[in-house]
This record gives sequence, C-alpha cells and structure tokens, in this order.
Amino acid sequence: MSGDTPLLSVRGLTKSYGTRLGCADVTFDLWPGEVMGIVGESGSGKSTLLGCMAGHLAPDAGAVVFDTRADGPRDVLAMSEPERRMLARTDWAFVHQNPRDGLRMGVSAGGNVGERLMAVGARHYGQIRAQAVDWLDRVEIAADRIDDRPRQFSGGMQQRLQIARNLVTGPRLVFMDEPTGGLDVSVQARLLDLLRGLVRQMGLSAVIVTHDLAVVRLLADRLMVMKDGLVVETGLTDQVLDDPQHAYTQLLVASVLQA
Amino acid sequence: MITVRNVAKRFTLHNQGGAVLRVMDGATLEVGAGECVGLIGASGSGKSTLMRMIWGNYRIDAGSIVVAGVELAGAAPREVIALRRATLGHVSQFLRVVPRVPTIDVVAEPLLALGHGPDEARDRAAAMLARLNIPERLWTLSPTTFSGGEQQRVNIARGFVHPWPVLLLDEPTASLDAGNREVVLGLIDEARGRGAAILGIFHDEGARARVCTRLVDVTGFAVAA
Repeated sequence: MSGDTPLLSVRGLTKSYGTRLGCADVTFDLWPGEVMGIVGESGSGKSTLLGCMAGHLAPDAGAVVFDTRADGPRDVLAMSEPERRMLARTDWAFVHQNPRDGLRMGVSAGGNVGERLMAVGARHYGQIRAQAVDWLDRVEIAADRIDDRPRQFSGGMQQRLQIARNLVTGPRLVFMDEPTGGLDVSVQARLLDLLRGLVRQMGLSAVIVTHDLAVVRLLADRLMVMKDGLVVETGLTDQVLDDPQHAYTQLLVASVLQA
Repeated sequence: MITVRNVAKRFTLHNQGGAVLRVMDGATLEVGAGECVGLIGASGSGKSTLMRMIWGNYRIDAGSIVVAGVELAGAAPREVIALRRATLGHVSQFLRVVPRVPTIDVVAEPLLALGHGPDEARDRAAAMLARLNIPERLWTLSPTTFSGGEQQRVNIARGFVHPWPVLLLDEPTASLDAGNREVVLGLIDEARGRGAAILGIFHDEGARARVCTRLVDVTGFAVAA
C-alpha cells in the first residue's frame, strides 16, 4: 500500500477572504489507499481547504503536489488549466454535496457515466453503454433507469449516480464534500456502505470533508480536526476520536448524541 | 512480539477545568510467541487502557511499545493500520460494527482487507460462525440486534478468522455460557499452539487458569492518586 512517494503532498496551504481567514498553513501527506477525513463545524475552513486542494479555489500560498502517472510529483497549482482539467477527468474525482453540482441534469443516467469515458477517448458505443450499465449496477441503480434523466431520480439515487460518474474512469484520488449531507438517514447509511466497499475494492485514496463524526469513523483512516481555519488535531481516526488531545476535539466528541 | 517499556498515560480533560488524570506510569511487560499473558488488577486499574495503547487506539504519553518490530509510540496512522491488517488482531469488549452489514460480512471483512477473494472470505467466516454456534439463519442479519452473548461471539469470530500472530483479547469469555466459553478457550489454545503471542484480560478466574501461561498485575503501574 505505502510506497516511498505520497500520492498527494499539501504544503502550507493558506487562503483568506479579505481579512477573514479561510484556512491557514495546512500541511500533510496522503498515501495511496488512505482515506483522510477533515472534520469541523461550519466556518472551520474545511470546505475552503478542499476547494484549494481540488483546484476550485486559488489559494494565497502553498503547494499541492500530486504524484502523476506520467511525470511523477507535480504541483497542481503550477499546472496549466488544460493540464488541471485533464487530471480532474482521469486521476481525480470530486463528489459534490449536492449531486446536481456534479451531474448533467439534462443528460440521461447512462450518458452521465458514458460522457466521462468518452472524454478520455472511449469511442465504441456498445462498450461505453456496457460499462455504464455495469457501473449503475455497482451503485445499485436499476439498469432500466439508464435512459432516464437524473431529474427523475430521488436525492439518494442522484448521489449514487454522481459517484458512478466520478469513479468510472478509475481515479486514484477522490475528493468528497459532505457526501451524505442532505440525505435521509437510511439513505445516508446505504450510501456510506457503498462508498466503503468501493474505496476498498478500488484501492482509492480519498479526502472527505464532513461535520459528521460517524461518517469519518466509518470511512476514514485518518482524521484532521479544524477550527477557525486551523488544523487543531490530526492522527489515526479511532485514536483522535477515542483519545482526543485538543480541547476542541474533546468538546466535539463529547457533543455527539447517541441514538 | 509485544515489548512494553516504561509506558506512562495521562488524560487531560480540557473541558473539565483542565483536570489531569494520571493513570499509568512505568508500565513494562513482554509477551513472546506461544505465550498467553493475562493482565490482572482491580477494575479501573488500567488493564484496558494498557491494551488500548498496544492496539494503537490510545496515545502513548511516554515510553515505548513495540509490536512485531513496529514502534507504536509516534507511529504514523498508516503504520498502525498496516500492523492491524496483517499482524495485530484484537477482540474488544464491545462489538462496534457498521450498522446494516450482515454478520457473515462483518466476520469476513478482515480477510477481504488482506486481499482474499470474497467467496473464500465468506466460507472461512461461515466456518468460524458455525464453530461459535451462531445459527446460519442469523448470518445474513446485522449483529446489532443480537443478544450480548451472540454479539460477543461474532466479535470473537472476527477476531480469529485470520491467524494474527499477535492477539489482544479484552474479556473474550464475558457473556458466554459454559459451552461457548469452551469453544473460545479452544480457539485461544490453538492460536497459542501456532505460535501467536496473546495478551488477555479475563475476569473469569477459571478461564484465566485454563489458558494463561503467565499473569501480570497492572496495579504496580498505577499512579498514586
């Protein structure tokens, strides 16, 4: 699992919104097959951090070095726009909290999945469709929905379609922003089980931003706790949750309601 | 296989006025291959705390804990995860599972993590569940609705499904009737027979006498209040 080179190296990532701090001086390495959870409450800086890592926001300082297949470690922030976009279509994926932000609502389910394959050069219609059917099955969407538009799907199904669209190209790193937010509890549960299985089967690395400690306990190997733009604690997930050292982490853990 | 040297542990409760609980100091012990060492001491004396530090679940404030050559104090998360995957197994006192996952998949999971195929993993999980007298009709159900004793047996099945060379067992026979206790003690003996290094907490003195080759009293490591 762990070679000598981290898959992703984040160094001193900093972003402010005028005088307001977004995130400050965040540094960590992510290794192949590792899932990192970033938790914090609203305003903690976790979404800013994710946005800067994934190339959606321009940070004020820092580097995001990804171990590319072709050229080895390269600072994503220093790449050209076309290079970054290619990365986003192949080795990287981004699962948005609202599936509508990650899907093409006017395109059929099969098309949403097939488009990604075509963008990386697939041309054979039959094969593309077969792969789309396979992936819809993997995310538990009935094959007979392949030609329906996502508008006709429930929130949970839309989210699962977004996951299929993101994973069909076999990315190595997946960013997820509150992947179960906004969904009903039972739907959340099913989605988490699905993500868990896929991450393990595909050997994915992932960075998952969430406010929900139960999600990180289930999905993440490691955890970063953020407050007011700073990382206050980091480590093995079960260790941070069961033996929290920082005052804020202790407060967060103690505040979780047990059903 | 397990070397604990001069280990200290304290808890600082920031949200309770910064109260510091010093629970352990100078803890030292060793467990070699083929041994089953029993931790003894009054309730609250630090047995589970020490075990949690060896498992990597609790931070080690001072001292060193080496398991199969890997230093746990200050270890990177991926080192602990790799150690737990192949080398260090544990049976905790309480079953914490992903809800909704069928029992047989709960037990098979460590094998899948090691790269075994799903059919092989499920077959071996089934054999373990059968050995622990969990009826087949329960295998497709999630263990969250099972009785305490049944959950414990699922826990044990998962803890023995792979021949981990080092095992940490926290109250493995609690909540079990005599018949199932025998099955578990048999599993422990077998593990010892194949050279596993086992550290266990058994409140049941009979069980302790049956499987432990040596006892270590943690009372000596407690910090005076």
